[in-house]
Amino acid sequence: MKFGVIVFPGSNCDHDAFYAASHNLGQPTEYIWHDSRSLGDVDAVILPGGFAYGDYLRCGAIARFSPVMQAVQRFAAEGGLVLGICNGFQILVEAGLLPGALIRNRGLKFICRELRLRVATTHSPFTGALHEGQVLRLPIAHGEGCYFAEPRTLDELEAEDRVAFRYLDNPNGSLRDIAGILSRERNVMGMMPHPERASDPLMGSADGLGVFQSMLAAVEAARPVAGVRP
Amino acid sequence: MSTIAITPDLIAQHQLTTGEYQKIVEILGREPTYTELGIFSVMWSEHCSYKSSRLHLKKLPTRGKLVVQGPGENAGIIDIGGGYVIAFKIESHNHPSFIEPFQGAATGSGGILRDIFTMGARPIAVLDSLRFGRLDDPKTGARNRRILSGVVAGIAHYGNCFGVPTVGGECIFEPCYDGNPLVNVFALGVCRKEDVFYAKAAGIGNPVIYVGARTGRDGIHGASMASAEFTEESKQKRPNVQVGDPFMEKLLLEACIEAMHTGAIVGIQDMGAAGLTCSTCEMGSRGEVGIEIELDKVPQRETGMTPYEIMLSESQERMLLVAAGGREQEVYQVFRKWGLEAVEIGKVTGDGKLRVRHHGNVVAEIPNRELADEAPLYDRPHTAPPAAPTVPPTEWNQPAIVAALPRLLSAPDICSKRWIWEQYDYQVRTNTIAGPERCDAAILRIKETGTAIALSLDGNGRYAYLSPREGAQLAVAECCRNLSTVGAQPVAATNCLNFGNPERPEIMAQLVEAIEGMSDACRFFETPITGGNVSLYNETLGEGIYPTPVLGIVGLLKIAAPLTIPFVNAGRAVVLLGGLGTCDDVRFGSTEYAKEIVGSLWGLPPALDLEREKRVQETMRQIAAGGLAESAHDLSDGGLAVALAECCFGARQIGAQVDLNSDLRPEILLFHEAPSRILVSTANPKAVLGLAAQHGVEAAVIGTTIENGLEIRQRGNTLGAWEIAALRPAYENALMG
Repeated sequence: MKFGVIVFPGSNCDHDAFYAASHNLGQPTEYIWHDSRSLGDVDAVILPGGFAYGDYLRCGAIARFSPVMQAVQRFAAEGGLVLGICNGFQILVEAGLLPGALIRNRGLKFICRELRLRVATTHSPFTGALHEGQVLRLPIAHGEGCYFAEPRTLDELEAEDRVAFRYLDNPNGSLRDIAGILSRERNVMGMMPHPERASDPLMGSADGLGVFQSMLAAVEAARPVAGVRP
Repeated sequence: MSTIAITPDLIAQHQLTTGEYQKIVEILGREPTYTELGIFSVMWSEHCSYKSSRLHLKKLPTRGKLVVQGPGENAGIIDIGGGYVIAFKIESHNHPSFIEPFQGAATGSGGILRDIFTMGARPIAVLDSLRFGRLDDPKTGARNRRILSGVVAGIAHYGNCFGVPTVGGECIFEPCYDGNPLVNVFALGVCRKEDVFYAKAAGIGNPVIYVGARTGRDGIHGASMASAEFTEESKQKRPNVQVGDPFMEKLLLEACIEAMHTGAIVGIQDMGAAGLTCSTCEMGSRGEVGIEIELDKVPQRETGMTPYEIMLSESQERMLLVAAGGREQEVYQVFRKWGLEAVEIGKVTGDGKLRVRHHGNVVAEIPNRELADEAPLYDRPHTAPPAAPTVPPTEWNQPAIVAALPRLLSAPDICSKRWIWEQYDYQVRTNTIAGPERCDAAILRIKETGTAIALSLDGNGRYAYLSPREGAQLAVAECCRNLSTVGAQPVAATNCLNFGNPERPEIMAQLVEAIEGMSDACRFFETPITGGNVSLYNETLGEGIYPTPVLGIVGLLKIAAPLTIPFVNAGRAVVLLGGLGTCDDVRFGSTEYAKEIVGSLWGLPPALDLEREKRVQETMRQIAAGGLAESAHDLSDGGLAVALAECCFGARQIGAQVDLNSDLRPEILLFHEAPSRILVSTANPKAVLGLAAQHGVEAAVIGTTIENGLEIRQRGNTLGAWEIAALRPAYENALMG
């Protein structure tokens, strides 16, 4: 399986996502520059954390206009796996690939902290290798990670089993403790916690590797059929 | 040429003495132009020239078998094996952080990060050493809280966006930092040994290229501002503080590293203090060549800037580089890819001069070497450091031990700094094996070599005030001890010397004695100083700060699970390596107990025996290497009782019961701060004591870890017993609670 990691100017978790996919998971991985019009032959694409374009306006608001996002939109529409982590989640929301918004943390401060997440669904290519209700230890590092959406959207997310992760100790005021969500077709996921930072026991937790292992399993299972249909 | 007349007033405004002005006239063989006067004034400022400290800094050890680059470049460089090196340095940004805390601290971080990547090394760690006034002071507390919040937010903003983890540091509160906070930021980067770049111009005719942000009027005379005492008018210098753009810096980092790999770059230096002036003349001087630039070509953010303003601007996120002639396009292509401006502004020349043109006319022409390296050097008179009271106050307010411990745990210097470090991304780049407050030192893996490094920053102004010489030695010892406690071998150091006005002989005496003390200790521990920073004139309205030498030391170790502070299992032996130590009333005056509970400062810092310290550290490293310890924590601020309590604050809240065999008065026994002591919990006390005996180190099993609570006895009598759940909030919630 081949991963692509998108590099926006200001991405700063691109190397970490690359390392988790290539080194911790052991899969071929390549960087995709933000002005690329195509994603090449990757099986899954990761939008990494960071401060794309400086995020001086609103997180992800500029990045969504990046040329590569058109390719990501097409890739997602064709069923390709798209994982947005932290700033990547913010960009996916701005791009309309996921519903809702990520606003300032309730405490108005940036928070870097290891915390517990509950796996809310295993019915997705990002969580298939995890167990329903499993508690993961993953770090967060964000200033604007409070998940917000109108009640109808939240109800819909829950009714369609599209909440992927919930915080056990909600750090940022996210509505309904939501830490990660899936698209309707379940092939796009955004999450504020950083699985790539918890993919090696030396970093204190390897619980995040399960997300990448799930993606690998989903892609392998879908072969030799072209594209991925969960 | 400029038409502004050079008057004695104008010279004084530029903080140049008559003697210094005479020297300028001698060097030029004529009166300087206004632009030249400005150029000399920043290059010869204390901040850039180290004119008061240079003579004494020469005493510091700077060589060692791992040192690739010592002082004199943008950062020191150490060989870590496997074909890789690390570049690191500490810098102060004290004055700007008082005037505008957020931007002052942010640009301080930006400056030191550029110093690292200008050498070709990608920054992988930041630590910060901070000093503020008391947060609970009825008069200044509110302002101090605002400064603290602003500084922390500034460091967080810059480092988090840039993508470097802030993995540790220290933060101390004293009234003497009320009007003069200290913001010292350490940064470290890694690169292949053959990829190191130097700030040296070479090759006559080679293009001089300006890259990064445009030049504006911000920060003009920042270096001179940092070289004067604070007065009420200082607040009006807010426009002298620059504004940082970490996104621009991130682009600059990526573009510079990529451009360096093209092989088309000859030399590169960041534009920090004194901006374009410093980068041109220093690169020229190091390469023994001249540099000629045309200011019309300098990208400018504002219209109508004068040559004086362009040369002295300290706009951030700018770099100057010399490319190999004919290969400019390779450089431009990389910077274009990253959306950055790169413009040829001049050429390397053979005449050794910095020649500055504006609209084609020469506005400054100064020999590089004289400007950069022949700054005045002062042997300022030094007498004896100011004396502190030698004896304790007659009446001590002595609370019961059971009440004293939680009070100390909630003291601002001792309590958890989680409020600060959770605002920093301490994990980005996924190398952080141990981040803030997990171990005595921060530990990072180096992916490229498969090894690890440990980092610690330490300084104690109270110790240094009572004895600058011993205080500096204690800082070196503590810093090395922190590294040894996690099993790392200390190898090299950087220093930040924060002092008052060197023109006062008693302050100069503090500086001289601290440098000499540091020099002896660094020689003894074989941790050469590879670079650093001196910040003088840390005074506001005539009130000086405590002399505050801060050390940043780097250690090397193998990759392994970290040896953390908290007890891990019940039923383990608690060993005090180095013994209970001794302390008299005089040496007790420097402790946190004296500060927080007696409310006073007197006497001398704790006595340090360097030989003994070294043996304790060697023993500790062997304990760590042998996997004999489950936890380890050195004794520092607050002494034995505070260290024991901190060991109880793990996830499982394992406590301890100890019994101390000593004649010392209980408050001295529990809270004295004699160095060279480390608490270890172990399932194998025999082996630990055996190693200690081999090294001639005093060590004793003082107790056992238990499931619940902390109990301390002295020869069977209980001095105090606490529920951990009751002690912990005092420690966890004190800061900004």
